[in-house]
Amino acid sequence: MPLPYYVSPEQMMKDKAEYARKGIARGKSIVAIEYRDGALLVAENPSTLLHKISEIYDRIAFAGVGKYNEFENLRVAGVRHADLKGYSYSRGDVTGKALANAYSQALGNIFTQDIKPFEVEVLVVEVAEADGSKNEIFRILYDGTIEDERNYAAMGGQADEIRRFLKDNYREGLSLEEALQLGVRALMVTQNKALTERDLEVAVLDRAKERRRFRRIPPEALSQLLEGSK
Amino acid sequence: MTDEQWQAVFANYSNASFVELLRATSPHLLPALAPGAPDEGGHPTAPHGTTVLAVRYRDGVLMAGDRQATEGFQIAHRRIEKIYKADDLSGIGIAGAAGPSMEMARLFQTELEHYEKVEGEGLSLEGKANRLAQMIRMNLPAALQGLVVVPIFAGFEEKAGVGRIFKYDITGGRYEETEYFAQGSGGKDARDTLKKRYKKDMSKAEALSVALEAVLDAAEEDIGTGGPDLVRGIFPTVKTITRSGFGEVPDDEVRTACEALLAERRGQP
Repeated sequence: MPLPYYVSPEQMMKDKAEYARKGIARGKSIVAIEYRDGALLVAENPSTLLHKISEIYDRIAFAGVGKYNEFENLRVAGVRHADLKGYSYSRGDVTGKALANAYSQALGNIFTQDIKPFEVEVLVVEVAEADGSKNEIFRILYDGTIEDERNYAAMGGQADEIRRFLKDNYREGLSLEEALQLGVRALMVTQNKALTERDLEVAVLDRAKERRRFRRIPPEALSQLLEGSK
Repeated sequence: MTDEQWQAVFANYSNASFVELLRATSPHLLPALAPGAPDEGGHPTAPHGTTVLAVRYRDGVLMAGDRQATEGFQIAHRRIEKIYKADDLSGIGIAGAAGPSMEMARLFQTELEHYEKVEGEGLSLEGKANRLAQMIRMNLPAALQGLVVVPIFAGFEEKAGVGRIFKYDITGGRYEETEYFAQGSGGKDARDTLKKRYKKDMSKAEALSVALEAVLDAAEEDIGTGGPDLVRGIFPTVKTITRSGFGEVPDDEVRTACEALLAERRGQP
């Protein structure tokens, strides 16, 4: 009987992390920015059919980068979690924190137990009620690491540079137009071509809406918003 | 991955169904199959909702319902809502045992929303109507014991630009009505009025007046149906479903229309 290879646990984790990071770095980036009336999500995504940003529940949105089939699975699991919880308790009891925890658990387990880790990072964004409480942004990494972010978040290919840009340029109380302009500029930091409405997928959690706050911004409206900000 | 494993992905067409999800993960949340023999006439005393109706008009469909729930010969509730938004382009009017009906309306709302979120686009109106039929069929054992749920479903068909109305029986039979329908203990009386007063291509104001007259007549003839309560200021619920979505006719408008109808009746036998 051949002896199984011995790989130290430390080395194995390092290899897995490197593998996952490489996969994620190949993908395009996503930013989330808080603005006056809610939270904005901007993704570089030329496809109009395969979404990276989606609705989970009344006040909760999801964004994923990396391997599509993997974050799509996570997204559907999130919708199931939220709808089940909202149906058996009440709509107000569905929270972004619980969902982010579930993602963290799932990704953590997959990372340690499966041969191949998920090559994804996800964002869970929850917009606050209009009662002055804070929005919540959670970023969950491929190994289950969970971070809660303030004001803005970035993930994907060159997230560090984008984050640095947002750190220097973000201020509170942005209008939707300003936030969108900031988001698009942030995504352009790492490349020299300009992004138009055809390269972008944009959605907001709009506090002014009733019940389901998630709203996609279609290309026509998007080009108007981008024009207006010039 | 074995063949069975990847083929299962294709076999599972109900991936986007919330009801199937409940069945798989939390069956205790689904309406239970009631144990015991079919009803022998001794109905369980549960509040019942009474008259709901839907009328087609120029812009889509108008739905109305009275506000009373009845338990035997007692009034169980004076302000119950019987017309619910199912999604942006459809509504459900509940008649029958109030508890199971409201629960079914809530489950149906979640079912439509769940599908829309998982699939990224909404069900067709036909698909929604069929889904509701299947849910009513699930309730058949309870219906045989007296807990009947027979809603009206109405929605706006975006492609054709028209409103459509569906009625159901307790077995989940689904029938489309082309002009109007009323359901519940006062349904027959409301239908009589609708039959006389219905015209093609009515304006919203006309449709509102016709619908309210039908509810008024049902309230006069049927003990289970509540009329407008001028003392407490309780008026029938009226909703519209048009291209621009599911909307509510405000109470003031309903009050004015009710008062006009009542004024016409003053002095009449």
